[in-house]
Amino acid sequence: MANTQGTTGLLGWIDERFPLTKMMREHLTEYYAPKNFNFWYFFGSLALLVLVNQILTGIWLTMSYKPSAADAFASVEYIMRDVDWGWLIRYMHSTGASAFFIMVYLHMYRALIYGSYKKPRELIWIFGVLIFLCLMAEAFMGYLLPWGQMSYWGAQVIINLFSAIPGIGPDLSVWIRGDYVISDATLNRFFALHVIALPLVLLGLVVAHIMALHEVGSNNPDGVEIKKLKDEKGRPLDGIPFHPYYTVKDLVGVAVFLVFFAAVIFFMPEMGGYFLEHPNFDPADSLKTPPHIAPVWYFTPFYAMLRAVPSFAGTQVWGVLVMFAAIIVLFFLPWLDRSPVKSIRYRGLSFKLALVAFVVSFLILGYLGALPTTPARTSVAQICTILYFAFFAVLPILPAFEKTRPVPERVTEK
Amino acid sequence: MKKIIVALVFMALPGLTVASGGEGFPLEKAPIDLHNKASLQKGAKLFVNYCMGCHSLEHQRYNRMARDIGLTDEQVKANLIFTGAKIGDTMKNAMPKAEAKQWFGVVPPDLTLIARSRGVDYLYTYLLTFYQDATRPFGVNNAAFPNAGMPHVLWQLQGMQKPVYAVHKDAAGHETKVLKEFELVQPGSMSPPEFKQAMVDLVNFLAYVGEPIQLERQRIGIWVLLFLGLLCVVFYLLKKEYWKDVH
Repeated sequence: MANTQGTTGLLGWIDERFPLTKMMREHLTEYYAPKNFNFWYFFGSLALLVLVNQILTGIWLTMSYKPSAADAFASVEYIMRDVDWGWLIRYMHSTGASAFFIMVYLHMYRALIYGSYKKPRELIWIFGVLIFLCLMAEAFMGYLLPWGQMSYWGAQVIINLFSAIPGIGPDLSVWIRGDYVISDATLNRFFALHVIALPLVLLGLVVAHIMALHEVGSNNPDGVEIKKLKDEKGRPLDGIPFHPYYTVKDLVGVAVFLVFFAAVIFFMPEMGGYFLEHPNFDPADSLKTPPHIAPVWYFTPFYAMLRAVPSFAGTQVWGVLVMFAAIIVLFFLPWLDRSPVKSIRYRGLSFKLALVAFVVSFLILGYLGALPTTPARTSVAQICTILYFAFFAVLPILPAFEKTRPVPERVTEK
Repeated sequence: MKKIIVALVFMALPGLTVASGGEGFPLEKAPIDLHNKASLQKGAKLFVNYCMGCHSLEHQRYNRMARDIGLTDEQVKANLIFTGAKIGDTMKNAMPKAEAKQWFGVVPPDLTLIARSRGVDYLYTYLLTFYQDATRPFGVNNAAFPNAGMPHVLWQLQGMQKPVYAVHKDAAGHETKVLKEFELVQPGSMSPPEFKQAMVDLVNFLAYVGEPIQLERQRIGIWVLLFLGLLCVVFYLLKKEYWKDVH
């Protein structure tokens, strides 16, 4: 019996009942991707690789981890010392958390320079920002689980932010913690959210992100729509099948990434206190506030913004609002950037300058967020916070004086 | 253009880093060597004799320590277990926590991970810089950890030292005393170089206890990196082969 895919035998039997070959073709062998992907296009597949790493190592960690205030810290040390290869699984997970953010930040930067968020890819971008948000929640809750001093006091600081909201704030923060302080109840619910709820949401969003991508097709470093020019069989002239071309190319990226990943895991798992903070090797103590509470590096740009905003009209809620606004504003990027030109290769100097200011201010904020405040640092953080938001403010008016260059018909090889 | 801006920004950064103030006593670098089994064994001996009365290593098992620092279980049982613990037990002590808090003001912390949370240089400096201070409950203070609650338990080995201050005068003529160095006023059973070496051994042992797997981790890591390097080459050649027909 024949089927629509023309397969026979076992595969034919399956294809009559499940769209296996159909899906393979749609998403791999007959999904046409632009042939001019460069370095910046590795980070999507690498983020996916790290996600798989987090899920697998996470499953094995849960087999020995105990989510209770009395046992959590000791169970992590049990994993590090008594579980066979437990140290490796734990370091893969802790390093994976930082690697995930590095991949995601680079992936987002790629979208910024090549205009990958623009029509018709607005939903891909929105799903992506949702993934970023979900990832931040996932990382935040996961960081409480080792129940070290930074786990405890970091969570304390962030949950206290909610109590700055006028009116409902104090009750809201008690509701989140399930207690008046961070306690066993908080640890238990964060564990539930970290290992089940948020990973499910994350996976769903990743599927949506990729489905939306495969519906409209990938952007490329030239910002050219390859679907405009097709051959007589309906294949894009500048497209090549994702499999095998990009699967083998991404494998190179995977191998190079793993070299760096393994170097950290085996030779500097603490990464100088940035991936595993030194005070987190002291068990959580609700009576001993550490002299300096710093979030892990991937949150520091937003933490710096939070601290940079002064209290006003008797409330500190403004810093909290600014911090969340810094993420929410990303959702509007596809409509704020009104230039018809996608890629930075053909955009004018004004856009390039705005982007440089944006990226540099974000990096400086990240640097400052890890340090204790001084008046000079706070001033710099304030300037950088303004520059961060200024990027989004100038985007709509840029086309008025931006001198763009003509975009070619076909992709170029550089 | 980009490069110039980035360069300008990074030129401005040092101004932000130096403002952190509140510098404590300078830490002395601890010349530890985890490969030196004799040093680790001496450190273990010092720990169980002088520290373990108050400080536990509650995540470290005796037999794991024996294996890693080159001792047999019998040697550990005969020389290093004073608490009646079994060889597979973790290194706990018998100090009652509630009373310890009364005696010292704080419960002496577990030291399994102290080398990871404070760093070996801090521990080394801390152990070397107890000095006479009649205003403190135990008659001693510490340069690395001012007003530490711990008595100078190693004074019989080190002897007793008194602080030597440097006096700084600011523009307004105010004088501030800054701890500069120490002067041995009562010798101990060890000479100063012997005591320093003993403290290197002790810190070396604590560095091992902080992460017993670390040498093994690095040994495996070399093979992993060699394998991945090879994988890079194979995958690169594979990619090149497949991409021959893409123009």
